[in-house]
Amino acid sequence: MVKGIEATGIPVVHICTIVPISKTVGANRIVPAVAIPHPLGNPKLTKEEEYKLRRRIVEKALKALTTEITEQTVFE
Amino acid sequence: MAYRVVHYINQFFANIGGEEMAHITPEVRTGALGPGLGLMREFQGEVEIVATVICGDSYFNENPEAAIKTIIELIKPFNIDGFIAGPAFNAGRYGTACGAICKAVQDELKIPAITGMYIENPGVDLYRKDIYIIETANAATGMRKALPLMANLMKKLLRGEEILDPEIEGYIPKGKRKNYFAEEIGATRAVNMLLKKLKGEEFKTEYPMPEFDRVPPGKAIKDLSKARIALVTSGGIVPKGNPDHIESSSASKFGVYNISGIEYLTNDKYQTAHGGYDPVYANEDPNRVLPLDALRDLEKEGVIGSIHPYFYTTVGNGTAVKSAKAFSEQIAERLRQDGVDAVILTST
Repeated sequence: MVKGIEATGIPVVHICTIVPISKTVGANRIVPAVAIPHPLGNPKLTKEEEYKLRRRIVEKALKALTTEITEQTVFE
Repeated sequence: MAYRVVHYINQFFANIGGEEMAHITPEVRTGALGPGLGLMREFQGEVEIVATVICGDSYFNENPEAAIKTIIELIKPFNIDGFIAGPAFNAGRYGTACGAICKAVQDELKIPAITGMYIENPGVDLYRKDIYIIETANAATGMRKALPLMANLMKKLLRGEEILDPEIEGYIPKGKRKNYFAEEIGATRAVNMLLKKLKGEEFKTEYPMPEFDRVPPGKAIKDLSKARIALVTSGGIVPKGNPDHIESSSASKFGVYNISGIEYLTNDKYQTAHGGYDPVYANEDPNRVLPLDALRDLEKEGVIGSIHPYFYTTVGNGTAVKSAKAFSEQIAERLRQDGVDAVILTST
């Protein structure tokens, strides 16, 4: 999916939990997520804390999109 | 005395549960269980499954280092000669776990470790060079065909017998080259191949070219505050009721849904259609998979230009690579026409 979209030249950031899979399928900008059933959340947190966590990941993804890269990069 | 092996399976094949139990930590049980019983029949007394290790697919993939460490400690006391995992068919997390644990056992305990997977399982590309992976069908209906091949390969490795070519033994090529004496010299073989090619006949290359299926990274966004960002997911977020009937596994289609004017996804209007992870958390709060709430706020604050009014979604669960490729090409074309500058793609 990532590759098919990026082939048009549109940059894609992949937010996913299993980074090795993202790498092996060829995503270029990768942001690690929280957990498989809730990549951008954590049900153990309060609603506010959980939102903050999600927002941090989204901001990291936006940062990845504004960063020029030449090879696969994981934005920790 | 029979050779001693430990068998690794996930929560599903251990009959513990489905996705709702995918978080369980590793445990060991003596003897064979689930597909191990079938393997035992194939071993015909020559090999014995002395114990079965069970681990939840999500737990393993979210904590690979801890999982591997625990499992190695659990199996050490059994004094085993070999290790066998799966088969995982086309289950992505299970395949990744089988590959990772086989490689770790092989490296640390210096014993042969094998598994079985469907060729498109992401675990194949990650581990094919390190371990023997028997090629299986894409679903558990292929069990009967997979087990004899796995058992046979395990027996040969334990006996220290020569492992023949991938096509003969049924494993996925490891990318190794072996010297052998050919009947004809290279020039003759090359000319014969060329003649066949010219005649349009089938021929087999002696050196298949590796496939480099990579796409260069897209250019970075210069000014985020003017950029139009689209949300795409393989996590199966759909309007409640799944109006387009996107399949919970092996999806044959993707959905396009309008989110203009929607602040965040509510659980009375959105849900997940994905059958490959525990849906409880996504159904409770779909923003956990498709982060519309956070992105909408960033749009309001002017950090990004705008959110593309449509989100694109499918279920990445045993979905054929061919289908995913086709979806993404269609999605890409529409995003391009709509002037989208960048994409956030989330996966579960």
